Amino acid sequence: MARKLLRLESVSRKFGGLDALRNVTYAVPEGVIQAIIGPNGAGKTTLFNCVSGVFPPTSGSIYFDGVRIDGLPSHKIAALGVSRTFQNVALFKNMSVLENVMLGRHRQSRAGFLACGFRLPSMKREEQEIIRRAREYLDFVGLVDEENKPAGSLPLGKQKILEIARALATEPRLLLLDEPAGGLNTAETEQLGDLIRRIKKTLGVTVLLVEHDMNLVMECSDLVVVLHFGTVLASGTPSEVKNNEKVIEVYLGSAAN
Amino acid sequence: MDFIQYLFSGLTVGAIYALVALGYNIIYNVTEIINFAQGEFVMLGGLLAVFYREVLHFPLAFAFLASVVTVGFVGYFFERFVIRYAREQAVLSLIIITIAFSIVLKGSAMLFWGKDPYTLEPFTQGEPWIIFGAALQRQSLWVFLTGTAIVVGLSLFFSRSYYGKAMCACADNPVAARMVGIPVRKMIMLSFVLSAAIGAAGGVAITPLSLMEYDRGALLGLKGFGAAVLGGLGHFWGALVAGLFLGIAESMCAGYLSSGYKDAVALVALLLVLFVRPQGFFGNAEVGSIKRF
Amino acid sequence: MRKKDRIVFLFFSLFVGLFPLVVASIKAVSHYIDVMIFAGIFSLVSIGLCLLMGYAGQISLAQAAFMGIGAYCSGILTTHYGWPSSLALMVGLVVTGVVAYGVGVPSLKLKGHYLAMATLGFGMIVHIVLNEEVELTGGPSGLVGISGLGIGNFQISSPFAWYYLVWGCVATVMLFSLNLVRSRIGRAFLAIHADERAAQAMGVDVSNYKVKVFVLSALLASFAGSLYAHYVEFLNPGSFGLMWSIKFVLMVMVGGIQNLWGAVIGTVFLTFLSNEWLHFLADFEVLIYGLILLVIAMFIPQGLVTVVATKLLKKGLRDGA
Repeated sequence: MARKLLRLESVSRKFGGLDALRNVTYAVPEGVIQAIIGPNGAGKTTLFNCVSGVFPPTSGSIYFDGVRIDGLPSHKIAALGVSRTFQNVALFKNMSVLENVMLGRHRQSRAGFLACGFRLPSMKREEQEIIRRAREYLDFVGLVDEENKPAGSLPLGKQKILEIARALATEPRLLLLDEPAGGLNTAETEQLGDLIRRIKKTLGVTVLLVEHDMNLVMECSDLVVVLHFGTVLASGTPSEVKNNEKVIEVYLGSAAN
Repeated sequence: MDFIQYLFSGLTVGAIYALVALGYNIIYNVTEIINFAQGEFVMLGGLLAVFYREVLHFPLAFAFLASVVTVGFVGYFFERFVIRYAREQAVLSLIIITIAFSIVLKGSAMLFWGKDPYTLEPFTQGEPWIIFGAALQRQSLWVFLTGTAIVVGLSLFFSRSYYGKAMCACADNPVAARMVGIPVRKMIMLSFVLSAAIGAAGGVAITPLSLMEYDRGALLGLKGFGAAVLGGLGHFWGALVAGLFLGIAESMCAGYLSSGYKDAVALVALLLVLFVRPQGFFGNAEVGSIKRF
Repeated sequence: MRKKDRIVFLFFSLFVGLFPLVVASIKAVSHYIDVMIFAGIFSLVSIGLCLLMGYAGQISLAQAAFMGIGAYCSGILTTHYGWPSSLALMVGLVVTGVVAYGVGVPSLKLKGHYLAMATLGFGMIVHIVLNEEVELTGGPSGLVGISGLGIGNFQISSPFAWYYLVWGCVATVMLFSLNLVRSRIGRAFLAIHADERAAQAMGVDVSNYKVKVFVLSALLASFAGSLYAHYVEFLNPGSFGLMWSIKFVLMVMVGGIQNLWGAVIGTVFLTFLSNEWLHFLADFEVLIYGLILLVIAMFIPQGLVTVVATKLLKKGLRDGA
């Protein structure tokens, strides 16, 4: 199997007396779509937050491409090539669709206060480049016609897509998608699955996906890991996981009831 | 015995800071809002008591009560006609709104009372007691007793009574509180009335000792906030301890170092706490990080 | 700059350029030049605060204090030590920058209410120091005999010279700020304002930008303070107290919190209000400010200037069609 892009070594996270993650040891190979599933409260979002640096794990270590990243602030983790979306859509509603994606290019541009304030030629060139690249990503996700609308005015489905475009604009090697299909209808979910596969195939980005929609998970992911009460219950290909007895019992089983 | 003398005056002002801090805590516990107009309630309490006593010639106890009730009503007005319409706004607007209200109160007080300081007769007449060679004003004891009584009363109210517990639930999770049948709006209203009234009581108690004028509110409010933060926002006993501590530190500074810089003591303490340990010395960092603001 | 900004800037330049010529010829309002000089000085502060508060979403109740630091550096260095005014102004900027950085780094880790209280506390401490260090600052009775502004033998003395100097600075700062907010840095400010967590996850070094915009706004205030000191040639701590910090917030709010032009218009409006039109209502001033701030914060958060401008624009379009 391919090189491991992300490695978690006995990662734990406590909130007061609650163990959100308990000794999670897991690795994500480069170039796959990896889904994380599990019942509510299993620790999926907590895991994302630890990886992306929203808060550090209480113990354990996280490596991204061999570099230890646990405890780093999230902008530094982003600079290494990890980008993400949020469960409750965290767009910048005070900006247009295009500007949201342009913000994603922040790390790829240099201009400082003086260059920006005086609009030096270097800054102008860079700004043109930012706009060009941002449009490319909008085009990639199919939102290029909406670029001048305020981000908050889009319907939820498009907001979620826009958030993905913004995350892609940072040119990540690992993309964390937190429930991208939440609140979407069937047609939108299908388009989303398509987009996720294209992200892997065309852009070569490794995708880590937290999702409740089992159809989406089974259809588009290469690997699945099941979290249960903060621990890894099972992992493998979608069909392996689907047929794993423990998984059927605690997760699919309870869903079937 | 200078030291004892400074200690007495420190405990006296400290009790006032504790009362202001309590005012912050009550509103914070119910709404997670910091009310920048808290200090103005104290100012208003003092000046209104002077008005009731000197102009309307109420007996002192009535003047005290009338002042507390009036300021409580101002708190009601503030909640009902300002906060209620602004509660869902962003923090930035909320801050500006409470600041604006404090300016309105200050501006009105300036119109009514002008810029001169006013005094009020002490609650009980008589010579100061001499303890270890230091003079203790009778009014100081009143201030101290008022302050402590209110802290004890409120702590019991919030930890024991149904209403108190219900009020705390509103801040933790207003939706859940509403679902279990707590009238959230009423509780918020109550918190504003209560904290305004408490501020006013402190204002009346301190006026005989240190006079009162229209622009005292901001500094009192800020020092009280210092006490509230030092004690951990939302903690009543913390507020009392921290208030007394700040009062003593301030009065020692005035006595031994420089009287001009005494006002800076509490402010520097406030900044240090905010910079080093914003959850205060009785607060919990983890709880602080999940608060709305 | 966007096209709209260019047009507004043209009108702005025309108005500001012609204002003294028109006003000077009318006896009754010739002192308006003086009022406009103050308005220009205050505009420098409110443009900085607009960047900090409107764009980056961070409140500061210490702008008057930063202005005071700049002003007193200028005042003390020229009176006690006989420094040339331009050098004193520079030192004021350096001192303010260092202080703002020192206060900003720990303060800006704090959220909303705490940040407001921290800046408020800092502002009050500065005010106390200005009052207490009598030997240096002259204390409550003030500091007199500050030299005018000049470089070498060239002194700025006539009101016209002052007017064009101050408003030239405002125009420059305005251009700089307009460019800044329409750049990657401006987008980073807006992102921090909207959602710090998301901004950081997209690679924006949030605390770094917060501190930088805080220092920038403090530097603008300090510069304005130095201009003020050299123009008025007299300082007292009352001009740099809490009420003034709140007035600057009000100036920005009147203009519309996220509107740089609005900040300037709001500042000019309020300066005329307090120096001219409300002068006879001096006792009501505080109350009126409070009420205006309350009403705007509650009901017109986009600001008076923005609302009026939009209305006029719509009306213009309708009438034109």
